[in-house]
Amino acid sequence: MSQTDPAPLARPDRAAPFRLGRMLLRDPAPLLATCVLLVIVFSAIFGAELVGETATKPNFALRNAAPQFEHGFAYLLGADNLGRSVMGRLVLGARTTIAIAAGAVVLSLSIGGALGLVAGSRPGLLSDVIMRLTDIIMAFPSLLIALIVLYLLGPGIGNLVLVLAVTRIPVYLRTVRAEVMEIRRRPFVAAARSMGAGQGWIMRKHLVPLVLPTLFTIAAVDFAAVIIAESGLSFLGLGVQPPDFTWGSMVASGRGYISSAWWLAALPGVMILATTLSLAVLANWVRLATDPAQSWRFFRASKGSST
Amino acid sequence: MNLFRRTLLTLFSLVGLFALVFFLSRVTGDPSYLFLPVDASAEARAAFSRAQGFDQPVSIQFFSYLKSILNGDFGTSLRQQRPAMDIALEAFPVTLRLIAVSLSIAFAGALLFGCLAAIRPRGIADRLISLVSLAGASAPDFWVAIMLVLVFSVKLDLLPTSGLGGPAYWVLPVFVLVLRPFGLLGQVVRGAMIQTLSAPFIKTARAKGVAEQRVVFVHALRNAMLPVVTVAGDLTASLLNGAVIVETVFGWPGIGGVMINAILQRDFAVIQATILVTAVAILALNIVIDLAYGWLDPRLRTA
Repeated sequence: MSQTDPAPLARPDRAAPFRLGRMLLRDPAPLLATCVLLVIVFSAIFGAELVGETATKPNFALRNAAPQFEHGFAYLLGADNLGRSVMGRLVLGARTTIAIAAGAVVLSLSIGGALGLVAGSRPGLLSDVIMRLTDIIMAFPSLLIALIVLYLLGPGIGNLVLVLAVTRIPVYLRTVRAEVMEIRRRPFVAAARSMGAGQGWIMRKHLVPLVLPTLFTIAAVDFAAVIIAESGLSFLGLGVQPPDFTWGSMVASGRGYISSAWWLAALPGVMILATTLSLAVLANWVRLATDPAQSWRFFRASKGSST
Repeated sequence: MNLFRRTLLTLFSLVGLFALVFFLSRVTGDPSYLFLPVDASAEARAAFSRAQGFDQPVSIQFFSYLKSILNGDFGTSLRQQRPAMDIALEAFPVTLRLIAVSLSIAFAGALLFGCLAAIRPRGIADRLISLVSLAGASAPDFWVAIMLVLVFSVKLDLLPTSGLGGPAYWVLPVFVLVLRPFGLLGQVVRGAMIQTLSAPFIKTARAKGVAEQRVVFVHALRNAMLPVVTVAGDLTASLLNGAVIVETVFGWPGIGGVMINAILQRDFAVIQATILVTAVAILALNIVIDLAYGWLDPRLRTA
């Protein structure tokens, strides 16, 4: 049945990932961003096994120790108010931070994508209701919605993921709806319908494959926004609660020591910035490199800079 | 007609928001835990529940709640013993001034630097400006605020750490609040300008011998404004996000700081009043932005 699919746009160019990879190796900024992200993802996955007890066990001899070499590799970035290794806690915090953001992004992507598919392919009462609800969410600053809901539901990782997901749903929903409404007007969908394809088949085989790449691009940019939102909420005390911690709550607890031990508040923020900036640089680069209207500029410039 | 529809939708959103706050506060347990301080006695809780009518069905409670709002009764602050609405309305102008100043600076800066970056894409100026605007858009604002306090107040002792006063008190909060809108707007201006500068009418202007500065800042910029205004409109609402954080870090008596304090002190009447004031302000703003579109782009005007 797949050979009747008249949508050449849905077929990804198999050589494209390799071409992008080669272009990436030639451009230092996005290459560095990729490396930073790989290190962060690696420590989020394997970090807990690597850092051991130095990150969780109090060591009062090293309370608020400054970053230095004397106390060994584990205390290279100093120690917090209980003498726990800051580097170790950064690695442990990576797991919570990334897991919460990933959970929220996956949740909002699937809910927003599914609702957008429905709203785009079946105009009617249901579609209207979905869009008005989206308007309500869009009309208010996301942090305020999150604050109110977390205050009422109580803080915690589960509620945090839920709230972050809800505030990001409109982004996916509106994009998918707009794309689906445009794709539905294309001749190949009408052709499929005239051959007897049902609603479900058209959605699965024709709409979803075309919408997915856009969704993943938005998700990459959104990931950074979610990390910032989560760390802001945790900073305000309505996000993760002890003993769990993220980079955001580390900044909050380090704030009290700002004049005596600046590294406690500074370093977790550096990690947040490194993650979000890398995501932004990489997403920007991918958009530029894959956009046919802009890539000529890109090729000319990279050719010029290599000679 | 469009304005009428917008206003209707706005009222609908307001009721929706209040329904959300109301029902969430009811389904998540005994509301006296939300309304009263944590250390209130069991008798006080029972008396409070009876007095507030929490023993009645939820739907009846909701309508009496809406009725008291329409009568202008938002309850009394438990901590300050005065009408919650007065507290919210006192705090609001402080936030409004902070946001207005920050958005103007961000807007002007983004226009200037976005244009400079777009003149020679991937040139040195462009790379530098792009990096700064990317970093500005990706930095966690609460962290930037704390680092600025560390450097300029604690170490250098140049600026005050917190509070409201002369111009010196404005520097750090405004800088933090400008960062993200400047970054996002700068990227939008740059993108729109690059596209516009390669349009045929720009070639015509250059061929006529119009000075390059005039081509960029007059001919092209006017055409690139629409996407910029779109994003600026979205940003104004989200600036309130930043205001909450900035007011908390710098101890400003604005509506964000008041709301956070009310949340931490479980002062429910004040939370409710601040939610209403911000919600009305944002919804009014959305209507104004819609009207501005029609004024800026005649193609969007409906007959």
